[in-house]
Amino acid sequence: MGPDDTNLPRSVGVATPRRLRFARPISLKSGATLDEYSLVFETYGRLNAARSNAVLVCHALNASHHVAGYYADDPGSIGWWDNMIGPGKPLDTDRFFVIGVNNPGSCFGSTGPMSVNPATGKPWGADFPVVTVEDWVAAQARLADFLGIERFAAVMGGSLGAMQALQWSLSYPERIRHAIVIAATPRLSAQNIAFNEVARQAIMTDPDFHGGHYYEKGVVPTRGLRIARMIGHITYISGEAMAEKFGRVLRRGQPGFDFDVDFEVESYLRYQGDKFSSYFDANTYLRITKALDYFDPAADYGGDLTAALARAKAAFLLVSFKSDWRFTPARSREMVKALLDNRRIVSYLEIDAPGGHDAFLLEDERYHAGLRSYLANIDL
Amino acid sequence: MRPDLAAIVQWVPKGARVLDLGCGDGSLLRSLWQEREAPGYGVEIDDDNVLACVANDVNVLQVDLESGLSLFGDGSFDCVILSETLQTIHRTEFLMREMLRVGREMIVSFPNFGHWRARVQVALGRMPVSQELPYEWYETPNVHHCTIRDFEDLCRRLGVRIRERLALHDGKPVTTLPNLLGSLAVYRCTAA
Repeated sequence: MGPDDTNLPRSVGVATPRRLRFARPISLKSGATLDEYSLVFETYGRLNAARSNAVLVCHALNASHHVAGYYADDPGSIGWWDNMIGPGKPLDTDRFFVIGVNNPGSCFGSTGPMSVNPATGKPWGADFPVVTVEDWVAAQARLADFLGIERFAAVMGGSLGAMQALQWSLSYPERIRHAIVIAATPRLSAQNIAFNEVARQAIMTDPDFHGGHYYEKGVVPTRGLRIARMIGHITYISGEAMAEKFGRVLRRGQPGFDFDVDFEVESYLRYQGDKFSSYFDANTYLRITKALDYFDPAADYGGDLTAALARAKAAFLLVSFKSDWRFTPARSREMVKALLDNRRIVSYLEIDAPGGHDAFLLEDERYHAGLRSYLANIDL
Repeated sequence: MRPDLAAIVQWVPKGARVLDLGCGDGSLLRSLWQEREAPGYGVEIDDDNVLACVANDVNVLQVDLESGLSLFGDGSFDCVILSETLQTIHRTEFLMREMLRVGREMIVSFPNFGHWRARVQVALGRMPVSQELPYEWYETPNVHHCTIRDFEDLCRRLGVRIRERLALHDGKPVTTLPNLLGSLAVYRCTAA
């Protein structure tokens, strides 16, 4: 690589997860308390002397702290938002100190249902408390304390990650300068909750679920997880994208008149379900979908989102995707309106990308150009 | 800077809260911030313009003006600006009412279809094409052309009070026969 190539987008390279134990109890919104917990996180780039360039990246349903780069022992293990984060990428790690953190209740290393409950010496399983977006943000704030970050340049995320960015602006208005809220909603609709409930029912009615205590039985409710993922996946992509990707193409060239895989889309869903159920934990899935369902900052204000967002001080960038039928642009506009009512600084991009809800993970020129410019204009 | 924009900057009071509808690349908002310390938002639908606004570090909202200004509360702005966009709007009356709902004052500029060159071209049997009206009829984004007199008639009908008017040609103010000699019109209006 010549000297002229140094501004080309590159990978952050080898990522190294760290694990931090918090011995101070944390009280959760449910009323439960975690006496101690650990968070796994990764960082990229360098914290500047003024500690003013930190960006927290929050993960959505099935992701983790591994947002960029790859692991030394597995070059294929690329972070879930690697197209967004790295030197020369929209979230430029030559300029920003970026933190990816795994939330409590997850199955990727932070304390969750698969961890050992210190009170019993056995995995938490079904006994692990239900955690909320507010709880996650509180846990993340303690990580920020540890890293010496008083104020984030930005907190950003897509979908459930975006809800955390929004919650940051409400829980810690003084600690966040910019909230970047992508493909989000201020609360799930009845339809959104309905899809989550079908997914949970698929898991909980799996005979291998055992009321959540399947670890000790040595089984995994794979069938339930598979179906949960299939349902989720249908809502993540647009009808248009599905039609384009699969159409009505028949796997065997002609109908089989049986119940094996006929259409390509069936094969795709089965593949996604199989893949997901091989690495994701069912108890975590239940909890994360509940965190989605419960998120509703306006609930304490009689449903008045404007009143709920009055506490926020951050500048906001909201991005929605026209083809997202899960969290439609109208849901983002609700947040824009509430922020405008409060005279907050806000920009809003409505990207005409075909990818559906998952478009926030994909590379779209306009989307990435918008993020790149916005982030470049953040003073350090 | 476009001559109507220079006039608009002068008309916006210092520190006013501004909404710029069809804000293009955000350069007017940027000047308003730099010269008048007037914070504001732009509304723009075109992708390239929206991205230019973000790059220009102005607040931009990518929504369609035709669906109204439902994002904005009553009286939430001192000044609502519609510069050289009026002629592209389908629901003109509706938008003008909306502008005066959300703003105390509105500033509107548009190419004057009554300018003598336009009249001559129409008289010669052709749709006008000029510096202010650069499009051929088959590719124009404009749908509702009007003259200075037409616009003032509409203001009367809507109960809109005209506070200031500036007719321009080649960037210079036109005082005599503005509807004939002005190619660009700029108005500052309030509700009656």
